Amino acid sequence: MNSVSRAALLYLGLAVFIVLVGLWQGPANISLLLLQSTAFALVALGLNVQFGYGGLFNFGILGFVMIGGFAVTFVSYPVSKTFWTGEGPIWLLRALVAFAAGFALVWGARRLPLKGGWKAALMVLCYFIAYVVYRSQIDPAANYIEKHDGFIGGLGLHPVLGWIFGGILAGGVAWIIGKIALGLRSDYLAIATIGISEIIRALIKNADWLTRGTLTVSPIPWPVPTPGDYQDHGVAPAVSFIYARGGYLALALVVVAIVMFLIQRAYGGPWGRMMRAIRDNFIAANSMGKNVTARQLELFVLGAVLMGIGGAMLVSMLQIFDPGSYQPINHTFLFWVMVIVGGAGNNWGALLGAMLIYLVYTLSGPLSQALFYAISGWTTQLGWGAIPDIDSRSLQMRVFVLGVVIVLALRYAPKGLIPEVVRRER
Amino acid sequence: MDVLVFFINKVLVAGTVLGSIYALGAIGATLIFGILRFAHFAHGDMMTMGAFFAFLIALVFYHYGIYLPVPMGFVVMPLAMLLTIAVALGIDKTVYAPLRRRGARPVTLLIASIGVTLMLQGLIRLFFGTGQYSFFDYGETKSIFRIDMSWAGARPITFTQPQVLMVIVTVVLVLILNFFLTGTRLGKAMRAMADNADLAQVSGINTQLVVRLTWVIAAALACAAGTMLSLDVSLKPDLAFNIILPIFAAAIVGGLGQVYGAIAGGFLLGFAETLGVFNWSTILRPLAGVLPDWIVIPPDLSLVPTEYKLTVSFVILVITLLWRPTGIFKGAST
Repeated sequence: MNSVSRAALLYLGLAVFIVLVGLWQGPANISLLLLQSTAFALVALGLNVQFGYGGLFNFGILGFVMIGGFAVTFVSYPVSKTFWTGEGPIWLLRALVAFAAGFALVWGARRLPLKGGWKAALMVLCYFIAYVVYRSQIDPAANYIEKHDGFIGGLGLHPVLGWIFGGILAGGVAWIIGKIALGLRSDYLAIATIGISEIIRALIKNADWLTRGTLTVSPIPWPVPTPGDYQDHGVAPAVSFIYARGGYLALALVVVAIVMFLIQRAYGGPWGRMMRAIRDNFIAANSMGKNVTARQLELFVLGAVLMGIGGAMLVSMLQIFDPGSYQPINHTFLFWVMVIVGGAGNNWGALLGAMLIYLVYTLSGPLSQALFYAISGWTTQLGWGAIPDIDSRSLQMRVFVLGVVIVLALRYAPKGLIPEVVRRER
Repeated sequence: MDVLVFFINKVLVAGTVLGSIYALGAIGATLIFGILRFAHFAHGDMMTMGAFFAFLIALVFYHYGIYLPVPMGFVVMPLAMLLTIAVALGIDKTVYAPLRRRGARPVTLLIASIGVTLMLQGLIRLFFGTGQYSFFDYGETKSIFRIDMSWAGARPITFTQPQVLMVIVTVVLVLILNFFLTGTRLGKAMRAMADNADLAQVSGINTQLVVRLTWVIAAALACAAGTMLSLDVSLKPDLAFNIILPIFAAAIVGGLGQVYGAIAGGFLLGFAETLGVFNWSTILRPLAGVLPDWIVIPPDLSLVPTEYKLTVSFVILVITLLWRPTGIFKGAST
């Protein structure tokens, strides 16, 4: 069986699986699951670009997804009148000036013709001064905004613009991270990216003036007609949800299709070949005159852009931005499971893996719940009493299932369900 | 004098405690990296698991009304260590060993260890929910020591009994490890393998045994660190993820594969975190009378806000990785 028919068969299986799940969970639920899985698929494709094409170990996906979520919140949330008419913007401007001054100080210090220990000491001092100056301006600004306006609100633009901005912002941050961290190899890069993503998480979670922190922002506008809009035109509530989600799904699928087309082209072209060459043997690629770090930076940024868009779509679909809900398990490791199970280096594999693993991950909750209730029924009959807190415990089964899936996949199908096709020209 | 006591209470005690825990965890992580050449992500969960084993065994003792002058957590620690070791060896046999035999790259093992993390975390939460537990909810009290400083006109220095025991246990464990690594044949074999696995194998060192031994040591230390952490604060199923990154940070700062580096890195990070959130304005308060009027000491002069405490470790980690990726002591690389 060749790889194409294998892939087709697997996608057919996935379609049957989705239909079965739809019959079990009802159309409203399956449409929601599909919607979320498309957003997850985008992020998984982003990881596939980074890891599958280039072998980069980005374990900081959470950071980019979160940046995307913040971006769409900022762009599409209604404008806050109290903030823009109050003193908030002035305060923020002062903080910005302080930041620029600090940046200039550090930049200037770097240029000084000093060497060795003196230079290092000077740099540390400059960074410290810049930090103190910035803190001295941003702290009162944050206090003022939090006290008077809650948070800075949004720009009130269309959510799709927010998605684009999410991609750009995540790409920009990825450029900075990549610039400083991409020289590291494998394990070190993995740990560094986790560390950086945790820093991003802490910043977004605690910058209440910017993101409202753990108080969460909602409702975030929906890019297509909402169930309410359909209901105003006399559509029954139950049907209106399917319409609204169907509309969103169509939009999301268009985005996925465009992305898929572009990255497939990139993979097949000379650029993709060069990336694979770097991935497989960066020393050889380097000796052939390829600038390894610069090319990897391109991959890292491109992948992060997709992650940012995916994260933004996820937030505008859930209509709530809750920085506290971002966890490494479901926003970093889940994507790794998707790409590894699907097949690293193969976009169709990553897409399949994303859909499949997302469904398996979410459905293992209710499945184990049913299982626990059954076991609980037996133990009650045996006189041992029922299992306490079944609902909260069965959710944890998802994490366990995810772990089992990744361990089994690594052991028995290390190349994934749809492995990368290695073409050899004769 | 008051200021000094405040500093000791807030920084010295807290930093030593946190540093010991980081150090014990980091030794395990660094040993696994040195011998098996991969970053073992499930180390934090082994700590949580060990802590829960200790907790369960302690519960059995409490159930029979057995109370000792020292916290039960410390007494049952050896038993919990044995259980943790058994689980660690089991995981190695079922998950990592087959991958190693296939000649998988270290990064594949890293991803497998993330799978193990998820499995352990899922199981722990399955049994214990997401709530908090404490060893001291079952009739034991945490005794608090106060060193009287009234002769200097200051408040007393305070620390708890678990904190004292924790430092003692850490020192004892490190000494035993040191003796083992430098004084015994197996320990030397282990160091040889960490230096150069192939050379160790052709010199007739039983590498399988060394691998097993690595897991034994790492699991025992992880169990000790986890139990002591939960004795100091509380026992939570999601303890693991908050601790694994500082531990890796400590291991990397000390140079991966370097046991003594890991200890140094652990204490460095422990103190950096406590110093980072320490409010310096209390220290500067006595100066208030001396300084001219136009300098007002703000009420909060901590370097980073408390909610960013963990971030200090990550920042140090990232800086170390960029400035000297092999760590302060020269470390190994994959």
